[in-house]
Amino acid sequence: MSKVSLRVNGEVRNLELDTRTTLLDALREHLQLTGSKKGCDHGQCGACTVMVEGRRIYSCLTLAVMHEGDAVTTIEGLGQPGNLHPMQAAFVKHDGYQCGYCTPGQICASVAMLEEIKAGVPSHATADLTAPSQLTAEEIRERMSGNICRCGAYSNIVDAITEVAGRPA
Amino acid sequence: MKFDTPATNNPIDQLKIVGKPVDRIDGPRKTTGTAPYAYERHDVAPNQAYGYVLGSGIAKGRVTAMDTAAARAAPGVVAIVTTLDMPRLEKGAMNTAWLFGGPDIQHYHQVIAVVVAETFEQARDATAMIRVSYAREPGRFDLAAEAPNAQLAAADSGEGSGAAHEERTGDFEGAFAQAPVTLDATYTTPDESHAMMEPHSSIAAWEGDKLTVWTSNQMIAWGKRDLAKTLGIPAENVRLDSPYVGGGFGGKLFLRADAVLAALGARAARRPVKLALTRPLVANNTTHRPATIQRVRIGAERDGRITAIAHESTSGDLPDGKPETAVSQTKLLYAGANRLTAMRLAVLDLPEGNAMRAPGEAPGLMVIEIAMDEMAEKLGMDPVEFRIVNDTQVDPEHPQRPFSQRQLIQCLRQGAERFGWSRRNATPGRRREGNWLVGMGVAAGFRNNLVMKSGARVRLDGSGGVTVETDMTDIGTGSYTVIAQTAAEMMGVALEKVTVRLGDSSFPVSAGSGGQWGGNSSTAGVYAACVKLREAVAQRLGFNSAEAEFTDGQVRAGNRSAPLGQAAGADGLVAEDHIEYGDLGERFQQSTFAGHFVEVAVDVATGETRVRRMLAVCAAGRILNPKSARSQVIGAMTMGVGAALMEELAVDKRHGFFVNHDLAGYEVPVHADIPHQEVIFLDEVDPISSPMKAKGVGELGLCGVGAAIANAMYNATGVRLRDYPMTLDKMIDRLPEVA
Ligand code: FES
Ligand code: FES
Repeated sequence: MSKVSLRVNGEVRNLELDTRTTLLDALREHLQLTGSKKGCDHGQCGACTVMVEGRRIYSCLTLAVMHEGDAVTTIEGLGQPGNLHPMQAAFVKHDGYQCGYCTPGQICASVAMLEEIKAGVPSHATADLTAPSQLTAEEIRERMSGNICRCGAYSNIVDAITEVAGRPA
Repeated sequence: MKFDTPATNNPIDQLKIVGKPVDRIDGPRKTTGTAPYAYERHDVAPNQAYGYVLGSGIAKGRVTAMDTAAARAAPGVVAIVTTLDMPRLEKGAMNTAWLFGGPDIQHYHQVIAVVVAETFEQARDATAMIRVSYAREPGRFDLAAEAPNAQLAAADSGEGSGAAHEERTGDFEGAFAQAPVTLDATYTTPDESHAMMEPHSSIAAWEGDKLTVWTSNQMIAWGKRDLAKTLGIPAENVRLDSPYVGGGFGGKLFLRADAVLAALGARAARRPVKLALTRPLVANNTTHRPATIQRVRIGAERDGRITAIAHESTSGDLPDGKPETAVSQTKLLYAGANRLTAMRLAVLDLPEGNAMRAPGEAPGLMVIEIAMDEMAEKLGMDPVEFRIVNDTQVDPEHPQRPFSQRQLIQCLRQGAERFGWSRRNATPGRRREGNWLVGMGVAAGFRNNLVMKSGARVRLDGSGGVTVETDMTDIGTGSYTVIAQTAAEMMGVALEKVTVRLGDSSFPVSAGSGGQWGGNSSTAGVYAACVKLREAVAQRLGFNSAEAEFTDGQVRAGNRSAPLGQAAGADGLVAEDHIEYGDLGERFQQSTFAGHFVEVAVDVATGETRVRRMLAVCAAGRILNPKSARSQVIGAMTMGVGAALMEELAVDKRHGFFVNHDLAGYEVPVHADIPHQEVIFLDEVDPISSPMKAKGVGELGLCGVGAAIANAMYNATGVRLRDYPMTLDKMIDRLPEVA
């Protein structure tokens, strides 16, 4: 067992955990923040995507004790029913989900992904690595490909992200 | 309510709320992560322990010994239940493979133990300490090798597709021999995995001899019945609750090992147990869509009229299993006087084959619709026109039986127009854009419409709020929303005034989610309950129920009017009913139709295929919610891209299991694979199907897509592939030379 202190959605949470506990299980089982989903536990699906220090990661692929002091943002930290984050609202408007199980991961990934484009981080779909990244559908699809949606809401998810990205900040 | 005559005008026809593209009412919960899925119900039972299941390491044989000493001594372990602790459990009515108990192993990853511990990590580690000894026996794992031994077998998928072992109309062989233009080709489709994002999960808690299971299941009443049967306890002692299901696609139609082992683990541990199948267990422990070998023969006159059509399919399954009903649609899709369909079943020792989204029709259309493309080419006809020439408005095997609605021609014509089909070059391999060979393909979509008995309870409260309770499930299909729309329309209240509670076996039994029957049938059940509630309201208010109108939260009759809530009184007003069906389904063939159009680009050097454009034009009765219905269709089109281009459970023919049993090895489409998708719903109401005049749409979107992609690839390259998935290795040596 090991002590770890995480800053989850702005709140300091002190935990005593089995060192084998993933960040995902720390969130879901110990903090009972079940918005982050477990689709594979193998880093193959993206359902567990959260933001750590502003960057999106698969929380099933990292141990909680590796994140001492880190700021973790989960879907619960983005917005709540009645107080939706613009990305959450856009997913509802564009029906960017069906069963909902990949959805928190898709939304966390989209929010962080738009920041990556803003910061000029290139992707496989970026033609000119030195020019500012473009907000094309192709870029969005490429950058979101770590988040599987077996219900196949991709076309709607891209519409939702495009709408949020197009909004003046 | 018995639905045995075609629907006439009813309150649904107002279409104030039904038929509108409203946002899903469960959207805010799903997008904020506050919709609780099975494994996440921390609140429902205190002191939950963690279960972890162990799957068999052999495909066939026996477990001769299990050494659990080290596991029992491991930190945190509360209980261990092994398959040697009990005789084989009775099988549920819907199951083919045994779920647990006894030494015999029927397939790889059959569950042989559950370890219960204080934490997930402890349970996982202790499971790895169990030493298992097996006596391995040889098995039959190769469909192609077993196909010669396959026996004719009839089957009903239970999901709308089915066929006799062999069905003949006219003289197929004679007509085929005489036809001036013929095709005789054999095609294969692979084993596929549902790969829903939420693995099968359950929390089980016993209170005395009463068991509650919070689970992830499409068919609550089947699950309750079969769990009771498997555990040997009375059904009334079992409660299932499944308000959110993280995808099913047929993989959660039936009782599976997660619920059984959670219950057994909880009994042994004397406390609630939660467990989920690990991702690698999903492919081999549960069910899959079986692989098929299909032979199609078509004979036609030179004008394109089909005179002979035969479709035969061979698939495999465990003993007592069923064939994939891949020939079903061919009985109904095209005209032709001389017909033959047949299904053969080989015995295989692979995991259980069973329903996956559009069982039968999905793999059947993947094949018959390539065959139609090949035939059109032989005839020198446009593939859209060839299909139109062979349209039929009656069941070709029983011409006295008409389709209730059949707008396949309209689907194809509108689709062709919209997609720019006239720009397609009929000669393959002619359109080149840089390194890309570009082509267009078309296929007909066809899926039978099934209606199922479905019940609901509706409650009115003093503020005019309406609560619907039914054991119906929402597996992403939009049930919450279309049920709320139905109740709001019927009771004349705003959508916000309706609360929908689903998935609890203590609610009235519904149609459940399967076979694309859920949306139409479950809302028809809610309609029936609302008709009763309207009568009760009118009676309470002293209104003549025949003339009472329910609008804007008011009830009006003649010159009298009262707020709806007034009828509820202090205790509220409750009505319960179900819809059941007469013989309209026998008198009329009820089916749904689509025209699928696809444009692909194939890299001339690598054979990589990219799907560029997709369009589906659907005719599926009244569309209850165009927004969620469209999502069902695009989701199915996406699954069709997977089936065409990448999805295949790879069989290890020596050891007998699906090798690529996770989401890295079993590839499904990702964002980068899917272009913008377009869906058009034709205006249609089908009064034969139900008072809702709707039909199913959730599986139609999958039916035909794979073939449309395959046909587009052929049009792009001139390389005809007949074995799915159409991966680049199958065509690269046949692509034109790169200059
Ligand atoms: S659960 Fe983490 S990537 Fe699938
Ligand atoms: S919404 Fe079901 S997997 Fe994406």
